[in-house]
Amino acid sequence: MSDPVDPDEEPVHRLLGLTDEEFETIGGILGRSPSDAELAMYSVMWSEHCSYKSSRPHLGRFPTQAPWVVVGPGENAGVVDLGDGWLAALRIESHNHPSFVEPYQGAATGVGGILRDVFTMGARPIALWNQIRFGSLDDAHNRYLFSGVVAGIAGYGNAVGVPTLGGEIAFEECYTGNPLVNVMCLGVLRREQLVLGTAGTEGSVAVLLGNATGRDGIGGASVLASASFDETSGTKRPSVQVGDPFEEKKLIEACLELYDKGLVVGVQDLGAAGLSCACSEPAARAGMGMDVDLDAVHTREPDMTAPELLMSESQERMMAFVAPDRLEAVLEVARRWEIDAAVVGTVTTGGTLTVRHNGEVVAELPADSLSEAAPVYKRPTGEPIWLAGLWNNTMDLLTPPSVDEALLRLLDDPSIADARWVYEQYDHMLFLNTVIEPGHDASLIRIKGTSKGLAVSTDGNGRHCYLDPRRGGARLVYEAGLNVALTGAEPMAVVDNLNFGNPEKPEVMWQFRETIEGISEACEVLSTPVIGGNVSFYNETDGNDIFPTPVIGLLGLADPMPAHPPRLDGARAGMELWMFGSQRSRNLAGSAFEKVIAGHVGGRPSAPDAVMARGVIEVAIHNARLGLAPAVHDISDGGAAVAIAEMCIRSGVGATVQFTDWVGLFAENPHRFIAAVPADVASDLETLAARWDVPVTRLGHFGGTEIRFENGGPESASVGLAEATERWREAIPRRLAGG
Amino acid sequence: MKAAVVVFPGTNCEHDVAWALGIAGADAHLVWHRETDLSDFDGIVLPGGFAHGDYLRTGAIARFSPIMDEVKRRAEEGVPVLGICNGFQVLCEAHLLPGAFHQNRDLTFICRPIHLRVEDTDSILTRAAEVGQVLTIPLNSYEGNFTVHDPAAMRGRVLARYADATGSVDDESNPNGSVDNIAAISNPAGNVAGIMPHPERAVEEILGSVDGLVLMRSFVESMEPARV
Repeated sequence: MSDPVDPDEEPVHRLLGLTDEEFETIGGILGRSPSDAELAMYSVMWSEHCSYKSSRPHLGRFPTQAPWVVVGPGENAGVVDLGDGWLAALRIESHNHPSFVEPYQGAATGVGGILRDVFTMGARPIALWNQIRFGSLDDAHNRYLFSGVVAGIAGYGNAVGVPTLGGEIAFEECYTGNPLVNVMCLGVLRREQLVLGTAGTEGSVAVLLGNATGRDGIGGASVLASASFDETSGTKRPSVQVGDPFEEKKLIEACLELYDKGLVVGVQDLGAAGLSCACSEPAARAGMGMDVDLDAVHTREPDMTAPELLMSESQERMMAFVAPDRLEAVLEVARRWEIDAAVVGTVTTGGTLTVRHNGEVVAELPADSLSEAAPVYKRPTGEPIWLAGLWNNTMDLLTPPSVDEALLRLLDDPSIADARWVYEQYDHMLFLNTVIEPGHDASLIRIKGTSKGLAVSTDGNGRHCYLDPRRGGARLVYEAGLNVALTGAEPMAVVDNLNFGNPEKPEVMWQFRETIEGISEACEVLSTPVIGGNVSFYNETDGNDIFPTPVIGLLGLADPMPAHPPRLDGARAGMELWMFGSQRSRNLAGSAFEKVIAGHVGGRPSAPDAVMARGVIEVAIHNARLGLAPAVHDISDGGAAVAIAEMCIRSGVGATVQFTDWVGLFAENPHRFIAAVPADVASDLETLAARWDVPVTRLGHFGGTEIRFENGGPESASVGLAEATERWREAIPRRLAGG
Repeated sequence: MKAAVVVFPGTNCEHDVAWALGIAGADAHLVWHRETDLSDFDGIVLPGGFAHGDYLRTGAIARFSPIMDEVKRRAEEGVPVLGICNGFQVLCEAHLLPGAFHQNRDLTFICRPIHLRVEDTDSILTRAAEVGQVLTIPLNSYEGNFTVHDPAAMRGRVLARYADATGSVDDESNPNGSVDNIAAISNPAGNVAGIMPHPERAVEEILGSVDGLVLMRSFVESMEPARV
């Protein structure tokens, strides 16, 4: 076959990303040399991206069981039971490498792909989030990547008609050559609409729905997603797919109608590895084989070869498996929604996947060998030799900072600042379900016609996880759990996106294993099973790995949803300012303060406290349900000082805060939140906190036009609300305009 | 009162509009763009979204959808016809309303609540409102920058302008560069109206505003039962 990327003279299997050992294994499975088409299929299906060959030995650690888990990891999306016949489907995926090579299309097709994962399950996608990380905005190329990714998410998500409820943005030097673009989608469905990715029984026909297949995205999973970056990465642009949200919108509606009418036995989306995956995985899950005719595939251009057809990652395609007597009804639905449909295969017994092209057999292999026989690598792990040095390298400030100046600089940090430049480009209101919009700790979405609200938070923190991957990973789960609890929701399930460096390095695999351990421990404490996830390795450029950056997406259920859920912007003059959680919070390791003020990343972040985590979450849930404190905000990046300032800015009111010393203002110890407390609920709140053994600190009160920090000494300081607001609002627009 | 909510391929606000019409007291039905008979309906709404992907130009392909001849016929009979966002763009392309749309002044998509000042109440969209009333309603568009050949000739046909919270209309309160801050207009008869922001997104307290209700109710009150 002709190689689409590199005219080098290496053997074809290496160009496709297969090792010599993997090539030999394929020969062993087949009992002969693979054909070009077979080699193409194995190369994409056995890629790191599709096969999880380096991560699988560790992913088994995750707790995945709970009575409310309907579908756990391994399907296209995880599904949980919300009660009364309602289910929710949740999935997260990365599109890091495509977004670096081509930011608009890379991000756009990430959105398209995650939507398909969710509506493949029978669910209507109701909300999207994204977690995006870049290098410093002082660099022109990073500004180009950032605005391109945001435009791509907006361009696709808005047009496809699914609201984007925000997510997370962060900036850190380590992402300069390797931005992270993670996207998450939530869908809801009635139990009877659940569809799985199975090919069904003998005689079922495979109907390819949607977009025509072209030469875009060939080898995306193997060439792009499973390899490291260097200066030649720009030549990989042809491996990036091109998205068409209009086609996807029609595909969503058509598929939902197919499910409504009960016309399909199974569905598989065509994402990474394209047809190779959509033919083999459903057949393997059903214990069946399939005859596939590539000549029936509707194509965008003539003369595509069999390997190209099998590897293409052209977007907006779905494979439906249909009983023969339902075929005409399926084609009728496709015609009505004006999408193309082609019968490309028939399910067979015996487990053999046979592929024909131009009337000849071009591939004949065991269907399950593409997924289940994929190699598994027990990569060596080793604690980084530099870790102890890093822990000892604590920040050493010669003079204490001035609290007001430090606060203003933190509010001006793009990772902390107002993100409205981003989320106002996203339609975040469609469907009339958005109760808590972007810009809060968690999103809250109602399900119309029920008493239920779904709260979602996504959290990542590369610095904490770099300094201690186990503590960092666990704290992300607790942070996301607290965020959904603040709206009144009980944490329910977790999806994770594990963004890591090169797995062939022992220290990266050690970070990976430690992170999974931390996430698992916290998930066990909160009874939030992991129902799905995504692993993205090889996030390195020129040999430099990114910080280990797991991203947690946590779903919570509030039933009944509070009539007036607490908000970030509900503080009013006269309300008291309380802090819930540990009063001995003095750890600055990995904090925004150290990074922004001292340019330092070192020390060891504090360990999470399972009992306190659970207690604070219970206080938050009951506060919302009982309608006590109307304004709450978790303490995370920038510590209590930033959390208080954000509440003041968003509420349009100042505050006066008593403190002992500046360290406590900027420390990022976990399991804490700020509340604005009206006098008439104070005693109820104290009783509630005492019931869960959660310490309460009365820090001051809201009011005035200044944010004042007082300790009776020279460290006392004050920042005008107007100036704080200006810094916080303009931090991102100012940098983008400064290009 | 039966309202038709027209669904083009790529339309995405149809369920929201139907929901809000229900709250405003109408019986809403989704109607596919290939239908050619709307004689059964007392009012017609073209909702927001990306009809036909907005390829070529917003509304440019939707104008040729089979249903549009019937929308025109019913409009000429005096039936209330409302276009919201993308539906407004379609009505302009179909020459049921004057004007056209550019990309927003700052070349970014805008999704946020904005303030509108009601300018004229002689229309199916504003009859229940008061002149000078300030409404808080979400805007959600990339090509929302309205332009018209002769803005002066729009006198009496401008239903609402972008304003600030006090009702002051100026450049600062213009989110997208629309000429004369125009956000909503009607035809001379007042039975065909277009509005760029989304009144259907502001119909319940839990969604942040109920200011869209007065506009949705105006539309519903304008519908008279179709004569048999």
